[in-house]
Amino acid sequence: MIQIESLNKSFNKLHVVKNISVCFNKGEVVSVIGPNGSGKTTLMKCLLGMVIPDNGTILFDNKNILHDWNYRNDIGYMPQIGRYPDNMKIGQLFEMMKDIRSNKDDLDEELMDAFKLQSMFDKPMRTLSGGTRQKVSAALAFLFNPKVLVLDEPTAGLDPIASEILKEKILKEKKKEKLILITSHIMSEVDDIADKVMYIFEGNIKFFNAVSEIKKLANEEKLGKAIAQLMSQTTHA
Amino acid sequence: MLKLIKYVVYDILRNRILLGYTLLLLTVSLSLFNLEDDAAKATLSLTNLILIIIPLVSIIFSTIHFYNSYEFIELLVAQPLNRRTILLSQYFGVSISLFTAFFVGIGIPVLLYNASSTGLILLLSGMLLTQIFVSIAFWASVVTRDKAKGIGLSLMIWFYFSLIYDGLILFFLFSFNDFPLEKPILALTCLNPVDLGRILILLKMDISALMGFTGALYKDFFGSAFGLIFSIVVMSIWIIIPMLFAIRIFNRKNL
Repeated sequence: MIQIESLNKSFNKLHVVKNISVCFNKGEVVSVIGPNGSGKTTLMKCLLGMVIPDNGTILFDNKNILHDWNYRNDIGYMPQIGRYPDNMKIGQLFEMMKDIRSNKDDLDEELMDAFKLQSMFDKPMRTLSGGTRQKVSAALAFLFNPKVLVLDEPTAGLDPIASEILKEKILKEKKKEKLILITSHIMSEVDDIADKVMYIFEGNIKFFNAVSEIKKLANEEKLGKAIAQLMSQTTHA
Repeated sequence: MLKLIKYVVYDILRNRILLGYTLLLLTVSLSLFNLEDDAAKATLSLTNLILIIIPLVSIIFSTIHFYNSYEFIELLVAQPLNRRTILLSQYFGVSISLFTAFFVGIGIPVLLYNASSTGLILLLSGMLLTQIFVSIAFWASVVTRDKAKGIGLSLMIWFYFSLIYDGLILFFLFSFNDFPLEKPILALTCLNPVDLGRILILLKMDISALMGFTGALYKDFFGSAFGLIFSIVVMSIWIIIPMLFAIRIFNRKNL
């Protein structure tokens, strides 16, 4: 579904994404992990066309996404830090997004209901707490029933109940043959929802394996420990 | 695009700065027309004010608006929208708002008190200047991500066109006054939209004494009618080129 070929991106002298080639298929939940500043978010943003790569190609359903924008109809994006126009109220934001996106019939308002956002429709975005912003971001990402979901640290800042709701929702969407990309630092969460783990270190993919395989390789029951072990192996090697 | 422009205009209308700008222009133009018995004289004073205020407010307002809309733009870029559409809708949203303020603040008083061809040219010149400085502001805003730098750059550009440029021309005149300077000076005038706007109005007013060196040359060289068309064309180029650059940069910008 998404095919990335030898992608490079530098910010001035900082080489953030180094020659990454990878392929994601539908029905997968892929968790992208790695230390802070390893290029996870940049990779995601390249996928969304928010950051323009220096070279390399990204194919979405076999079409090059460079300078294209129609493909974004099929992507729901939840940013790491949701930044929204300050003056806009939650309700207006949702109205505007519905106005902009073309697929209006097939709306998925499940998360909006679960997070009880309707009751806050009159609140301006600038008054919202970080967690509520995250809820708005999540609800927006899922709203248009996209084929691909890109979630950048979705549960960071959410309360336990909300993050549980979100995780359930992710698993539910996975059953609909969607591709879900998640970056996360919480290993137990990755263990719960991901099929595959992609570990990025300093802009390179260190490994990209199924969760069960990683556990087998490291001979550990818990994903967190397994990955820690693989990480120490790869850094020592 | 229309939908987006609607949201941009809506956002601008919600803060009161634009209203303040409208009232400022309205006060200035009404008091000038009421204090001066001769409407033509009042128009002349208004011209001098317009040539300072309009570029300044247009460029600063657009730059600040752009940086304040950064979140909005970020949000839109991840949506199925063309980047050019996003930038142009911001551009037209700002232009429409500033045009409205200009029309209410200057346009209506001028039409009421001095609806002569001079008055109309004054309005045309003001509108062109507004649009030019919105274009330049957008270019300055997409170049740098830092808000303070962006506003600083815009202010520098305004200083350059409104004050420094004239000084440079004078310096140039005195340094090379042994040579025939008419044609180089004409070419140099085209490089300053504020100067063009001034000449545009003065050509119509027919007050050679106030036209300055460049204005007098202009009239001499082109005559009134052709000079008018020529300066309008050059000013239109000043609108289009910075905006084309802005779109080009924005298309490759990392957000």
